[in-house]
Amino acid sequence: MLKELLEKYEKKEDLLLEILLECQVVKSDHFISKDDIKEIADYLSIPESKVCSVLSFYTFFSDKPRGKYIIQVCKDIPCYISSDVNVLNIIEKELGIRVNETTSNKQFTLEYTSCLGCCEAGPVMRINDKIYTHLTADKIKAILSEYRVYM
Amino acid sequence: MKEMKLVSKRFGKINPLSIDEYINFDGYKNLKKALKMEKTSIIEEVEKAYLRGRGGAGFPTAIKMMGLAKETNKEKFIICNADEGEPGNFKDRYLMENDPHQVLEGMLIVAYATGATKGYIYVRGEYQKSISLLKWSIDEAKKNGYLGKNILGSKFNFDIEVRSGAGSYVCGEEFALIESLEGKPGRTRVKPPFPTSVGLHNKPTLINNVETFSTIPSLIEMGGLEFAKIGTPSSTGTKLISLSGNVKHKGVFEIPYGVPIRDVIYKLGGGIEKDRKIKMVQLGGACGPIIPDYMLDMIIDYERFEEFESKTGAGAIIVMDERFDLFDILLKVVRFFQHESCGKCTPCREGHIQLANLIIKFIERKATVKDIISLESLARVIHQASLCGLGQTSPTAIISSLRYFRDDYIDRIEHPQKG
Repeated sequence: MLKELLEKYEKKEDLLLEILLECQVVKSDHFISKDDIKEIADYLSIPESKVCSVLSFYTFFSDKPRGKYIIQVCKDIPCYISSDVNVLNIIEKELGIRVNETTSNKQFTLEYTSCLGCCEAGPVMRINDKIYTHLTADKIKAILSEYRVYM
Repeated sequence: MKEMKLVSKRFGKINPLSIDEYINFDGYKNLKKALKMEKTSIIEEVEKAYLRGRGGAGFPTAIKMMGLAKETNKEKFIICNADEGEPGNFKDRYLMENDPHQVLEGMLIVAYATGATKGYIYVRGEYQKSISLLKWSIDEAKKNGYLGKNILGSKFNFDIEVRSGAGSYVCGEEFALIESLEGKPGRTRVKPPFPTSVGLHNKPTLINNVETFSTIPSLIEMGGLEFAKIGTPSSTGTKLISLSGNVKHKGVFEIPYGVPIRDVIYKLGGGIEKDRKIKMVQLGGACGPIIPDYMLDMIIDYERFEEFESKTGAGAIIVMDERFDLFDILLKVVRFFQHESCGKCTPCREGHIQLANLIIKFIERKATVKDIISLESLARVIHQASLCGLGQTSPTAIISSLRYFRDDYIDRIEHPQKG
C-alpha cells in the first residue's frame, strides 16, 4: 500500500513531511512503523535517521499504533476560559481511558492538541480531520456515541 | 464604532469556492493593474503605504521586497506564512477560508514585482479546510490563466504550491518554517544572513504573513499614499483582530490602526459575558503581554505596543474575566512554550521548565521575594539570549504581569500556605 502512495511523489527530500502526513492518515492505525521508515528512507535515498528526526520533532507523528479515531482536545487559553466543562475529563470518563491512551478495542485514542484556531467557538476538539465546536457535556456524549455506532 | 472592511470586504459575500464570484467582486483586477506597472513602482507604492508585516514582527514589507528584487539568482522564492499557531489567533484561517483568491492575488503581485519564480503557502496541519480550499483555488486560478505560464498573456510565469505543517508552533518562525519546507525538523537558523539573501534551498526568499499578502491587492488599488492615510503614522492601514475569551461576540473584526482596545472589546465584542469585570487581557496571543483593565484605553498601533518590549502585531485579544487567576493562566502560557521550544538553544529549552517551577511556587503559595527576583531575571535572560522569536517573545506575559499585577505576586508572598 505504501508503495502506491510513494509513487505519487517525486523523489525529493523536501517532500518528506507530506509523505509522512499522508502515510499516517491512510493507515487505519495512524502511525509510522519501523518498516514504513525504512521504505520511505529508501524511496527518497536518505538515511533512516533523517526520517526519525522529523518523526520525533513534529507532534502530528506517532511511532506507536493509535486508534481508528484520534480525539484531540485543545488545551490552550481561549478554549480553557470559554469552557464551562472539563472536556478532557468527560471524554476520559466516557471512554475509560486517560490522555495519550487508546481504548482496548483500538477505536479511540485521546490526545491533547495545541490551539486549533477556532478560539471564537471554544471549547473545541478534533476527531481525525473533523472539528467540533461549542462543546458541552451533552454534546460531547452525543458526538462520541455517533462514532461508536460505526465501530 | 463600525468596522473598516478592506481586507475582509468579501467575507460572507462570495462563495470562496467560486473564482467567478471573486472576479466579479473586483478580484484579480489589481493583478491586471500591477502587470501594467513598472516593477519598481509597485514596490514604491508599498513603501509609500508604509505597509508593515501583519504576522507579528511588523517588519516593513517594502524593505523585504527590495531585498528580494535586487537578488540576481535564477530561482527566487516567496513564501506565504500560514502557520497561524499562536493561541487566540484565527484571522489567517478566516482569510484563507473566506477569500482564498485574495491571498493568491497578493502573492502574484509581490512575485511579479520582485521577480520571484515560485511560491509556497505553508499552512499549519490543523487547518485542513484552508489547505483544501487553497489547493482548489490554485487549480481554478491555473485554469483561468492567473497562475502558470504567461499569466494573462504577459511574460510573467509563476506557480504556487501548498505545503502542510505537522503540528509545530515554532515553524511559524521564518527560518524554522524554511527548514520545515525543506523536509527537516523546524529548528531555526542563526541570522544573518536573512532569508531574502539565503533562504529556502539557500536561494533568496521572501516570507510574509497571509494577512500581509491579502492586503496587497487593496493597497495597489488605492495607491500607497491613500493607504497610508488610514491608521496612525507608525501603523498604516487596517488590522484584522481575533477577539476571543469571555466577550459576548467573538470573532474576527477589521479595524483601522489607532482604535482603543476597549472599543474593540465593548463596541465590537459587545462587552463581557454576564457583565462580569475584566481581570486581564492578553494581547497578540501566548507570546503577548497580559494587561489589566485600566490599560485598555491604549490604542492598537505598533509604536504603542513597543512599550511591552515585544512585538505584538498579530492582533489577538483574549479577554479573561474576574473568575480567572493570573498564575493559573501564566502556567498555561509557560507550559505551552516549554512544549513548543525546538530545543536548539539553551535559554529557551531549559528556561521554560524553570519558569514553570517558579510559577508553581506562586500557585502553591510557597514563593518568597527571592522567587520574584529569580522569575524576573530568568524571563529577561530568555528574552535576550534566545535565538529566535519564540524565546525572545515567550517571557512577555510574565514580564508584563510583573509590572501590571505586582499586587497579585505580593499577595501570594504575604499570605503563604499554612502547614
